[in-house]
Amino acid sequence: MHELAVTENILEIASRHATQVHAKRVTDIYLVIGNLSSIVDDSVQFYWDIISENTICSGAQLHFQRIPAQMACQECGHTFGLEDNHLTPCPQCNSMNIRVIAGEEFYLDSIEIEK
Amino acid sequence: MDNQRVTIVEKIMDANDRLASINRNLLDQNGIFAINLMASPGAGKTSLILKTIDALAPQMRLGVIEGDTAPVTIDADKVHAAGIPAVQINTGGDCHLDAVMMNNALQQIPLKELDLLIIENVGNLICPAAFQLGTHANVLIASIPEGDDKPYKYPQIYRGISALIINKIDLLPYVKFNMDYFRQGVEILNPGLITFPLSCQTGEGIAAWISWLKEQVLKCKTSL
Repeated sequence: MHELAVTENILEIASRHATQVHAKRVTDIYLVIGNLSSIVDDSVQFYWDIISENTICSGAQLHFQRIPAQMACQECGHTFGLEDNHLTPCPQCNSMNIRVIAGEEFYLDSIEIEK
Repeated sequence: MDNQRVTIVEKIMDANDRLASINRNLLDQNGIFAINLMASPGAGKTSLILKTIDALAPQMRLGVIEGDTAPVTIDADKVHAAGIPAVQINTGGDCHLDAVMMNNALQQIPLKELDLLIIENVGNLICPAAFQLGTHANVLIASIPEGDDKPYKYPQIYRGISALIINKIDLLPYVKFNMDYFRQGVEILNPGLITFPLSCQTGEGIAAWISWLKEQVLKCKTSL
């Protein structure tokens, strides 16, 4: 729902770094997004296609690396991934004494540029 | 044509977070304790603010920042009627407040004259969770009629708060709500989170909330 603000941030970060290294254009942008963040990739793509036009990022391909939510069981130490963010009991010991250990990542990892 | 990979590793929300830090410094320099109050529409944000004003206005100086998506001043008007300075932010359709809007609002407030600042965010359980404002505490109001599965459906907002209000407990006899199931979800996402079950309608539980707030305001003053 706030994908426009997020997409604007992606454009700013990518453009700034590309300009710093005197790139001619950005061809690819690699994003790392944990499933616990409420971002819809299609919405980001939608806004991206509009706001990246006529910029150094025009035509750049967005790559979404999705990190599933990972939980650690406090009873038996087992770690497991969540499907669709459903908080389910530990598959090993059935305890609900579980904690989030991954899935909240939200960063721009790297870009590919043409010089 | 020469293709090159450039490593960046920059948080997408970094610019907002940096401005949020600036906002936080402003608040700290003036010894103000600030809370970012979030909830679904109708959960009781404005009601809680009015109850808080009732209890605390005689003893300390309160201010309110109201965020809404449209130029309606319904909430700010209620706060003004209670005799408290309120700044209205019209987000112009944005579904959340961010650090920029917070910074603008802070310019319009007499910071030297406040002890406690409450920001009433836009009614929304998704977007506000992604935008830090620079407050000392993010506080969520969950209300009984919304149902006991909300932590499971909206993990991000439950992860990012430092206090949880469970409002409308007077409706527990009339609404299907499994408190154990609800609390289990909260504990998984935010272990040890302080919670305030209360009712703005009947006044039950409000005293504990007020007491906690007073403690936090005092801590802000003594660290000046």
